[in-house]
Amino acid sequence: MILSVQNVVKRYDKYTAVDHVSIDVQRGSVFGLLGPNGAGKTSLIRMITTITGPDEGTIYLDGEKLHDRSPEKIGYMPEERGLYKKMKVGEQLLYLAQLKGLSEAQARKQINHWLTKFEITDWWDKKIEDLSKGMQQKIQFIATIVHQPKLLILDEPFTGLDPINTNLIKDEIRQLNEAGTSIIFSTHRMEQVEEMCDHIVLINHGKNVLYGEVQSIKNEYKQNLFRIQTETPLPEGFASNHTIVEQNSHSVTVRLPDDSHSNRLLQELLQLGVRITRFEEILPTFNEIFIRRVEETAGDQ
Amino acid sequence: MSKLSLIVKREYITRVRKKSFIIGTLLAPVGLLVYFLVIFGLTKYSSGDELKVAVLDEGGMVQQLPDDRGVRYIPAGGKTLEQLRTAAEEGTYDGILRIPALGNFQKKEHTVFYYSDKKLAPEKRDAIEDRITDKIRDFKIDSLKLDPKTLDMLNTDIAIDPEKLTEAGEDESRYTAGVGLAIGGIMAFIMFFMVMMYGQMVMRSVMEEKTNRIVEVMMSSVRPFDLMLGKILGAGAVGLTQVVAWIVLSGAVTMLMPFLIDIDPAAMQQSMPDPGTAAAIDPEEAQSTGLRIMNELSKQNWPLIAGAFIIFFLGGYFIYASMFAAIGSAMGDDYGEGQALVLPITIPIILAFYIVAFVGVRNPDSGLMVFASMFPLFSPIVMPFRMAFSPPWWQVALSLALVIAAAFFFVWLAGRIYRVGILLYGKKVTLKEISKWMFYQ
Repeated sequence: MILSVQNVVKRYDKYTAVDHVSIDVQRGSVFGLLGPNGAGKTSLIRMITTITGPDEGTIYLDGEKLHDRSPEKIGYMPEERGLYKKMKVGEQLLYLAQLKGLSEAQARKQINHWLTKFEITDWWDKKIEDLSKGMQQKIQFIATIVHQPKLLILDEPFTGLDPINTNLIKDEIRQLNEAGTSIIFSTHRMEQVEEMCDHIVLINHGKNVLYGEVQSIKNEYKQNLFRIQTETPLPEGFASNHTIVEQNSHSVTVRLPDDSHSNRLLQELLQLGVRITRFEEILPTFNEIFIRRVEETAGDQ
Repeated sequence: MSKLSLIVKREYITRVRKKSFIIGTLLAPVGLLVYFLVIFGLTKYSSGDELKVAVLDEGGMVQQLPDDRGVRYIPAGGKTLEQLRTAAEEGTYDGILRIPALGNFQKKEHTVFYYSDKKLAPEKRDAIEDRITDKIRDFKIDSLKLDPKTLDMLNTDIAIDPEKLTEAGEDESRYTAGVGLAIGGIMAFIMFFMVMMYGQMVMRSVMEEKTNRIVEVMMSSVRPFDLMLGKILGAGAVGLTQVVAWIVLSGAVTMLMPFLIDIDPAAMQQSMPDPGTAAAIDPEEAQSTGLRIMNELSKQNWPLIAGAFIIFFLGGYFIYASMFAAIGSAMGDDYGEGQALVLPITIPIILAFYIVAFVGVRNPDSGLMVFASMFPLFSPIVMPFRMAFSPPWWQVALSLALVIAAAFFFVWLAGRIYRVGILLYGKKVTLKEISKWMFYQ
């Protein structure tokens, strides 16, 4: 376990931003931290990165309770991010790397490694303000990972990036993950969650409302929906035996009762002599799960 | 290297490297030189044109008047006022001065008339009035058959020389107060200037981090208190660098001054009293003014003044810079919007300066001054001023202790405000809200 958040509470004035949240992030996993705006994601991240302290509960990083040097193991790219505009790329990265506990020599070595990797070694003496937004994001990314953190926390990492740079950064994240870096990925863009994460937590109103492995959550939230596409139209009788969710001329979506199985449906179709071109289970998208859970929990309030 | 020293180093280097800093540091002494040259030039300046005045001396009191301060006196030589007027209209004279007969010697006031279409400049009017006054006085002395030498003996220049009651007290001369005012005033002004300038520099630096959105990145590496303290120390070091550079450069400029301005040594001697006549009265007075000022300067306890000045400077700087940092952290991107928050900080600084300028100058030991030199928000500016007037040692010690304690308190307090304010975005903050932050856990 790289990170263990146990029963953490954070209060501001009268409202509770984080309300008894517990999560465990496995070593080497990509963990999605989801939630609508104002749900308490940033408050939780700020506690993990030691920017603020929890009012209750404990956070363990890499087996140790958070302490003064914990931030050196974390690379954090906040949603509100920026760089010193008047500073040059090289000295800026050197400064930020040294603040993360690297010696000047180590920092230089790492920075050169990354500048070479991104083929931007000639940027060393360029001022940040002279770079384009996309270029600045690359520098920001290097600044986040230059100290080889064990845990990487990315808050909406792709906002403001064009598709090419998005893919470039995505690739780097994947490579880092393969090399053993654990990643927490905070976003409300669900397609990215399905693409990248293996575990997620969904937070709403400061409370943990959904937590677990991506695949098992999807299975849990599936509604036994099957889409059947056929060459010939389905016989009239079929519809009366089943719960039809949606029907077109050559395709139909059916909800099966919980005790039923897809094979039985297939057998029935085969007996009807229908020529099937496609048969698939419809798993809920994370977008749907997200909206459902958020609406359900909103009702609790 | 510790994180704090990394922050201080960055703050220092990025600021010192800035063009505005280099230009400001180099140009200020040059500006000072230009300023002195202009002032010098202005005092020497007198409207170059000579004023030709016909003198119609109806009472026969003044006879020939020597030319003086740009005024040339031309006796009427028997011409009537009408004739002179015609001549003046033709341009022979700029104006006509008619001096009526005095009549009664009891008269303390006497009016002379000046005929001209051109306005008489105040400078020339003064010159003419002085000249005529002297002449009429001479005329009266002469007419009354008085002995000018006896009359001269009536004039005595009185100056109070403060002497201590107790033997131990140090003797003061009438120059003590003046020299004290000069030293104290300069110190108070430097304090005021430095605290305002570098305090605001810290504030801008804090705001810059917020507007650049780098704060959260920084906060995930360093403690907010370290970042704030690093800024205060860094900007303070920049301030010290600038002051040292100015002192060195001003020294160089001052050495160059005599070559640039043609100062007549004889003219400087003129204003000094004749040492011969004073010698018999008091040996203390038997020196030239320059020597006496030097003497006063050497009487000041310089190591104490310098030491206290540095502590007061650091104390005042830390108090105000930390307040500016706290306010900067609460401000949004809009500097104008934050002006209302800056005001409560600048008011005490300005007030302290006013207390020195309007009360301290008249009586450095008045009740208000004693209070102001103790109160930590005022004392960094007020106490150095009083130092030049040898205040009781316990007052200096108490004031120092208070300012050091206050400096620690304000840095601590600002840290508490800063850590909340710095992470707040897009919200207009009121002073009331800021005061609440102090008590957050």
